Amino acid sequence: MNVFVRLLAALVLTMVLSSLPSSAADLPDGVKVGDVAPDFSLLNVDGKQLVLHEQTTVKGLIVVFTCNHCPYSVKYEDRINALDAKYREMGYAVVAINPNDTVAVPEDAYSKMIERARTKKFTFPYLIDATQNVAKAYGARRTPHVFVLSRQKNNFRVEYIGAIDDAAEGTIGEKFVENAIDQLIAGKAPQTTFTKAVGCTIKWKKD
Amino acid sequence: MNRPIRIVTVLCCLGVLSHAGVPQVGLDELERRWKNGGDTTFVVNFWATWCKPCVAELPAFDKLHRSTTGKVKVLLVSLDSPADRTTTVQTFVTRRNLSAEVCLLNEPRPHTWIDRIDPDWSGAIPCTLILNAKHNKRAFYERDFTEAELHRTVEEFLRTCK
Repeated sequence: MNVFVRLLAALVLTMVLSSLPSSAADLPDGVKVGDVAPDFSLLNVDGKQLVLHEQTTVKGLIVVFTCNHCPYSVKYEDRINALDAKYREMGYAVVAINPNDTVAVPEDAYSKMIERARTKKFTFPYLIDATQNVAKAYGARRTPHVFVLSRQKNNFRVEYIGAIDDAAEGTIGEKFVENAIDQLIAGKAPQTTFTKAVGCTIKWKKD
Repeated sequence: MNRPIRIVTVLCCLGVLSHAGVPQVGLDELERRWKNGGDTTFVVNFWATWCKPCVAELPAFDKLHRSTTGKVKVLLVSLDSPADRTTTVQTFVTRRNLSAEVCLLNEPRPHTWIDRIDPDWSGAIPCTLILNAKHNKRAFYERDFTEAELHRTVEEFLRTCK
């Protein structure tokens, strides 16, 4: 009898513990500046797969974890378009990735991404990270969350991790991503390589 | 006919007025409060009206506030943008009938102060800081809570402060 009670208690405890939502502390740390950028192959809104290691004509990439629903992402949409407009020709193109669980956030579904890319006239690929493995490999925590990569001989190197700039609204002081890329283009290492910003949590799948 | 309308008007005004002063605070002031809090355990939740998981967990924090005695202080720190401060947050607080203390964090350039809240914080909300000055204890959670999870987490924290 006692054994059954104990087993039941253990089972209930296991269920309670496993039902706890993902905490940032439980997630892998992801990449650091200087690391090799994890390769990925993700579905773009144009229906094609985009593979990181096949991007051989660029000098680097501005990988932005972002999404449709997050108000902070929305505030930055025009600035992400502007980054692509300014830097694509200089060799640094934007690649946006939506990492959210689309069951938790239907607004971030693939079909809605296609709509958003069209209405906001995104000039860059907008990929869906359906397994969330890419977001985990990079250590993305929030939207928007930027990883600037530079192309090396056989892979990409992480050069900057963080915010696009220092103000979601109002007067912008420092443009972190632009500064990092300008310095890379000038052949220097970025001075500021890591920043934080307020954003939306990535909506992890509850498994 | 006129009288009920007048009463409703007065009640509405009172409702608005009672929350007219959602204060804007700086991080220095917030830190002073919890550092000088003695044996009070501060449960500080960072949220915004635009953040769905934040809004979903607010009732749990408000219930915690209403169910605890003087030993626990719930503080709901809004990170709503400056443009939304005067209207959106106050309207929200009034409509949701929040009784816990609400304030607006008035600090620009988040990259300069996110680590001051906690080095483990990525900047994503919701997040919650629980601390007790007397016992020199603090815990930080970058996640959302159900009512039961919050209750359990605070109870466990209080046990470490004995």
